[in-house]
Amino acid sequence: MSALIIISLLAILVLYLGVFKLKNTLLPVSLLGLVAALVFAAYEWRTGPIPIYNGMMLFDDYAIAFSCITIFSTILIFLLSKDYFERISENVAEYYAVILFSLAGIVVMVSFHNLTMLFVGIEIMSVSLYILAGIKKKDFASNEAALKYFLMGAFSTGFLLFGIALLYGATGSFDLSSIRTYVVSAPLEVSPLLYAGVLLMIIGLCFKVGAAPFHFWAPDVYEGSPALITAYMSTVVKTAGFAAFLRLFMYCFAPLQDFWVPVLVTLASISLLIGNVTAVYQQHFKRMLAYSSISHVGYMLFAIIALGGGSPNSVFVYAAAYSVASIIAFAALIVLQRQVGNDSFDSLNGIAKKNPFLAFTVTVAMLSLAGIPLTAGFIGKFMMFKRALGSYHTYLVIFAVANAIIGIYYYFRPIIAMYFKEVDRNELAVSPYFKFVLGFSAVATLVLGMYPELIASLI
Amino acid sequence: MEILLLIFLPLASALIVSLFGKHQQAKTAAFIFSLLSLGLTAYLYTMFNPDAGTQFTVDYPWLSTLGVRFNAGIDGISMLLVMLTNGLVPLIILSTFNHNYKNPGAFYGLVLFMQSGLLVVFTALDAFLFYVGWEAALIPIYFICAIWGGENRIKVNLKFFIYTIAGSLVMLIGIIYMAQQTPDKSFDLQGFYQLSLDAATQRWVFAAFFIAFAIKMPIFPFHTWQPDTYTEAPMAGTMLLSGIMLKMGIYGVIRWLIPVAPLGFAGHKTLIIVLSIIGVVYASLIAFTQKDIKRLVAYSSIGHVGLIAAGIFAWNVHGLQGAMIQMINHGINVFGLFFILDIIIRRLNTRDADRMGGIAKAAPLFAITFLIIVLGTVALPLTNGFIGEFLLLLGIYNYSIWAAVVAGLTIIFGAVYMLRAYQRLMLGSTNEETLVFADIAGTEKAVLFIVCALIIFIGVYPKPLLAISETSTKALFELVQSKISAANVTY
Repeated sequence: MSALIIISLLAILVLYLGVFKLKNTLLPVSLLGLVAALVFAAYEWRTGPIPIYNGMMLFDDYAIAFSCITIFSTILIFLLSKDYFERISENVAEYYAVILFSLAGIVVMVSFHNLTMLFVGIEIMSVSLYILAGIKKKDFASNEAALKYFLMGAFSTGFLLFGIALLYGATGSFDLSSIRTYVVSAPLEVSPLLYAGVLLMIIGLCFKVGAAPFHFWAPDVYEGSPALITAYMSTVVKTAGFAAFLRLFMYCFAPLQDFWVPVLVTLASISLLIGNVTAVYQQHFKRMLAYSSISHVGYMLFAIIALGGGSPNSVFVYAAAYSVASIIAFAALIVLQRQVGNDSFDSLNGIAKKNPFLAFTVTVAMLSLAGIPLTAGFIGKFMMFKRALGSYHTYLVIFAVANAIIGIYYYFRPIIAMYFKEVDRNELAVSPYFKFVLGFSAVATLVLGMYPELIASLI
Repeated sequence: MEILLLIFLPLASALIVSLFGKHQQAKTAAFIFSLLSLGLTAYLYTMFNPDAGTQFTVDYPWLSTLGVRFNAGIDGISMLLVMLTNGLVPLIILSTFNHNYKNPGAFYGLVLFMQSGLLVVFTALDAFLFYVGWEAALIPIYFICAIWGGENRIKVNLKFFIYTIAGSLVMLIGIIYMAQQTPDKSFDLQGFYQLSLDAATQRWVFAAFFIAFAIKMPIFPFHTWQPDTYTEAPMAGTMLLSGIMLKMGIYGVIRWLIPVAPLGFAGHKTLIIVLSIIGVVYASLIAFTQKDIKRLVAYSSIGHVGLIAAGIFAWNVHGLQGAMIQMINHGINVFGLFFILDIIIRRLNTRDADRMGGIAKAAPLFAITFLIIVLGTVALPLTNGFIGEFLLLLGIYNYSIWAAVVAGLTIIFGAVYMLRAYQRLMLGSTNEETLVFADIAGTEKAVLFIVCALIIFIGVYPKPLLAISETSTKALFELVQSKISAANVTY
């Protein structure tokens, strides 16, 4: 609760700092504020809360865990933003403020206890993201990304709203507890409106997390937006989307599994296939990451398909692993774009010789994204596969394994370029902030890979 | 406790050695660390009681929520492979003393890292731990081969990596599936052993594990990655791959495949023995025609492994014991052969057998050691290969006389192509390059003498080695037999 208040106030404070041209204080103040939010969020851990604001929100452990991971990823991304926004825009304060606003929306999304709050949270987040995607005002790609994202986002919000309306029509309430009571009381005789509502909710939420076949916006938006915003979208936003998705389905629709599981199995399979196969053909690092993020959505859907008490933990571990690894990748991407000028795989050639540290951290990230043991990504995949096999989705797991093999092919391309293709090149300058984030994320990936118990049974 | 030291000593050494960076002292440091591991293994050997089952066990909670424990121990089967690993790694490091690999810190760090992974595989009693070790051994060897390898290294090693990881991911499905069937959802090996699934399910589980092991060994027709990878790898990488790593596959079959899915094994037995023997014949025939001497040894390795696989799948104590000792022998012999080739290739700068000949005249000591290794490889009596292949053929004979006849033929094939290769390289007329072939000296001498001594010693007196694994293989054999007969299925 206090985390949400702190983040909202922080965003306004940052805006005022911008008004008074205190550019140098923006980053430290934002960081301090986020750390405070993190601490206050963690402080409410295991307090056994009840819904607040007339049942609008519920800051249970689930909400706190996902608030913390999203705030934490945002801190890492802010650390990378030193000197980043200054280069692409004059209005730096807006940047920080808008990101903070979207984070406030995310905290609402992961703690909703009423469908209106889900909608409000998603909208606060999305509207901020439309702005962020287009923040390079004079850049064509950035404008295109913003417009595309806005149109598609508005479209998907429409589905979401229809879904919410139908749920209301069937159950007579926006409140999760009431919906749950309605569904649980007679799962076999629910109103057909509810089924339609659930389907529309799936479509709307899949749009937001970028699951195929509702992914068409993702690669272009990811490519057009500034790299740091892409990092934010593909880590924090995706995590939040999944947290909301899982929260709704686990709490309300678990008894209707027979109805929606086949739908999600189909979506997960399509996401895996499209994400992986198209990622193979990419020649650019950023686009590869964009497509591969679609495939990760496929893996994460496993937790919802195999719904159970361990689902939140699986999503949490997977999202944490995916976020830290992606942040490494995007940090490297920013270094590359800034100093080499493009992000094709060839521009990575021979980096290992002059920048062994950068190459090592990127290797750890790629191994983690590919799901190789001793990295956090493996634990995430392992938990997903275990869940899915536990509920006898054997064919889905076999299909996912086939896709994981494809994944290795393209995740190894940066490694191959960095280590095995020797080119004479100058050392890339990596600033201390970047070094810290790279090193921290790599260590976190390895530690979580070897001892995931640290976070694997939190929720 | 000893096991923790055994596993983590190489890992810690790897970290220290990698700090050496570009200094060539890394190899000395790596050698010293590997000797420490060897010393520890010697200590374990003296403490080891062959009749007492699994010893030195450690069992800590690791990922409690997932039912995973850090559970490792050593029985007779593991002991032999731990000895092989920790015995060969110092030799392999010593054999590279004449190479100046660029970035030696990274190179030797990866070698020691791999050693750690291998030891995890050979001691793990928890399927998850086994899987982690399995992959932890793969990643370093991929980097070793792809950074320090030959011209086609990138493509070849990507194929190798994807091939093997495809196999292991399929195995992962099998592992998770088995764990879901156990009452306490754990990954404990004993839990897997105690399950009795129906035959149809076991066939699937068997297939899932088998693919991973078959690719690693490799068994025909899963071998296509092997010749290219062996040829393109740096010599130390080839030695690690052939000397130790392929034993992971064989060990996996003995410990994790047949006892875990005995009914599946019984159902697929004939098919796999046939595949193994096809592999033996096929590899021998191709080895005949190879001009590239490194490829020749690579194919001969497929042949030898095929024979070991056939001996195991015949599933009797003779075959198993033969496989155990032949794993050690194959490790020693193939290491020796690759080191011999390394010496030749380094001096003549070619792998083409046509450009060699008459080396024996210039380098008599070299010729003698080479001959001993060749004789060990072709299984001449009183060399180590004989006792292994004898037991293996005995095991296969007990299964089927015809299989034994075909497999036995390959010993003759093997003798022919190995001796022919020896003749082409060492005898015959010299050319201007082989005329000045320098005889072995220094570390080369030390390595080859150790190898030759081992070949002859094991050949004359194999009993100590056989005694280590005897009780364990018998126990395992009886476990599987009892499970098959309990299921009351006839095949």
